[in-house]
Amino acid sequence: MTTPGKPPIVAPGHSPGSVTDQISSIVLTRMPRWWWAAFGASFALVMMLLFALTKLVVEGTGIWGLNIPVGWGFAIINFVWWIGIGHAGTLISAILLLLRQDWRTSINRFAEAMTLFAVACAGLFPLIHVGRPWLAYWLLPYPNTMDIWPQFRSPLVWDVFAVTTYATVSLLFWYVGLVPDLATLRDRARQRLAKITYGFLSMGWRGSATHWHNYETSYLLLAGLATPLVVSVHTVVSFDFAVGQLPGWHATIFPPYFVAGAIFAGFAMVITLAVPLRSLFDLKDFITIRHLQNMGKIMLATGLIVAYGYVIEIFMAWYSGNWFEEFMILNRIQGPYRMHWYALLLCNVLAPQLLWFKRVRSTPALLFVVAMFVNVGMWLERFVIVVTSLHRDFLPSSWGMYAGTRWDWAIFVGSIGLFLALLFLFVRFLPMISIFEMRTIVPKTQTRGPEEVSQ
Amino acid sequence: MSQIFKPSTNTLARVSMFGALFILAILAWVMVTLNRSSLATRQGIVLQQPVPFSHDHHVAGLGISCLYCHTTVEESSFAGIPPSATCMNCHKLIWNESPMLEPVRESYRTGQPIEWTRVHDLPDFVYFDHSIHVAKGIGCASCHGRVDQMPLMYQAESLQMEWCLDCHRAPEKYVRPRAEIYNMDWVSADQATEGARLIADYNVQSKLSCSVCHR
Repeated sequence: MTTPGKPPIVAPGHSPGSVTDQISSIVLTRMPRWWWAAFGASFALVMMLLFALTKLVVEGTGIWGLNIPVGWGFAIINFVWWIGIGHAGTLISAILLLLRQDWRTSINRFAEAMTLFAVACAGLFPLIHVGRPWLAYWLLPYPNTMDIWPQFRSPLVWDVFAVTTYATVSLLFWYVGLVPDLATLRDRARQRLAKITYGFLSMGWRGSATHWHNYETSYLLLAGLATPLVVSVHTVVSFDFAVGQLPGWHATIFPPYFVAGAIFAGFAMVITLAVPLRSLFDLKDFITIRHLQNMGKIMLATGLIVAYGYVIEIFMAWYSGNWFEEFMILNRIQGPYRMHWYALLLCNVLAPQLLWFKRVRSTPALLFVVAMFVNVGMWLERFVIVVTSLHRDFLPSSWGMYAGTRWDWAIFVGSIGLFLALLFLFVRFLPMISIFEMRTIVPKTQTRGPEEVSQ
Repeated sequence: MSQIFKPSTNTLARVSMFGALFILAILAWVMVTLNRSSLATRQGIVLQQPVPFSHDHHVAGLGISCLYCHTTVEESSFAGIPPSATCMNCHKLIWNESPMLEPVRESYRTGQPIEWTRVHDLPDFVYFDHSIHVAKGIGCASCHGRVDQMPLMYQAESLQMEWCLDCHRAPEKYVRPRAEIYNMDWVSADQATEGARLIADYNVQSKLSCSVCHR
């Protein structure tokens, strides 16, 4: 299975036993000192988030920078940013599984975890954005004493369905995939509490043929369910904008452009996490240069689609012959938020062009830098879409400016802290690489040494 | 290696899986029931009042019309709570020594209104107008129940939005001739035909837009 001229997907010299040892030992031995520092720092950010959320609930959304004409600000920007990041996990776990891409094996587990945590962070923002989060369940259709349904013609309600479905399927997919590994951890754990906990979570997995048969069936079914979600969730999210009749939002390019952007952002985040994790936990044998190269290629491809989206937006503004559309684009290029747009082009269009070079794709540090540019760029993209479209209303008398307040920033940075804290807990308590799937690909990837051949 | 779990754990696992579903179903049922119970709505609960005023006695016993006290029900959004002077029209002469009525007399002397406890308290985000309902043929008893049979006043209906919509969606089920608005025990012989006729006569519209009530 090693292709000549390409780095292997598992470094040479590994056996099923050594894979199991190395991955499970991360969970079953003490965490290195840097983990405590990193977890502590992100936990401090979670505390800041809780403080800011408490302030928000007590005082109301007036502490945010929102006002007419910019009635949508950080909350929707962050929501779309986070939900987009989640998409890479689903793509890796579902689509690459169905396409039988072996290289997905060593990154799917933590990419799926990343999806879950990103969806959790994303879900936070619509909840707090409704102003009275304790009534957020009104978004769901249930037999209520008001005798009314949510407005099914509103994309915001479609969002509720898209995101809850996405969260549920992602969670199930991730958990089902974890069960055999949880059983491995149960068998290898030393402490009684760990044995009981992993034993409870592995739901009596003994690795019998029936278990494996059921597992394979359910995993494939879930992959089939998750596949349309890769496309549908961000399509629905883009409808939040595209259905609204506002220049800069009301465009048919939005669904494909958002989906490509989501995968682009998602792979940037996977690289952002994979590069440090593979060094810090010494997983370079499993997350090899090959994985980084492939992810770099996907980023380049999706980045080009996103760039095409930007070009089409400008083209359509001219082609429509509509004053307001033209003004929107001119305002994007020359208006008060032009620096955001230029920064966006630098991050999302120029920076990914480095990925054309194999040197860049095979150098983790450079790849990390490009991924960081994309992380920032994708946030800026949502900022540009939301704010520059809104801040110049149709009537100049209603024009205004928008800036996030310190509470906006505290909640945004706090959500990053929440994401990282969950991620650090995940690497502490669960195997971040699928052990049993690695065991299955190890024999396929190991070329025999010369001494074995001679025997 | 010793086993972590006893064999009985298998049974426990199966039971807890179904048990969890069962508990969730029970929980949903409890929530729905509590939400419609009088704990949430105050329906049917007698509230403490400064004077134990009996509608039963005054309406059914003495035959006083609703309009005698609730004077603005035909012109205003608010039906009106009578001033103590209205009570004193009669109670100057009868039961004028009763200790139960001391708060009424005191209010009359000092000009300080009696602080009744509000029984029908709609949320502040709901706009309700008595006059339009009366003008379009909705009787007092349709919403307030048989007040003439209430020794102490209580809320007869839930006042939840589903209850409002029940009539707003199909007013023909409840509309009555204007002459019978204050008649507590009026029942139509044939609500189906009479309702349809009155809807046309009074030009009653089914008002369902949000901003009719949430202005």
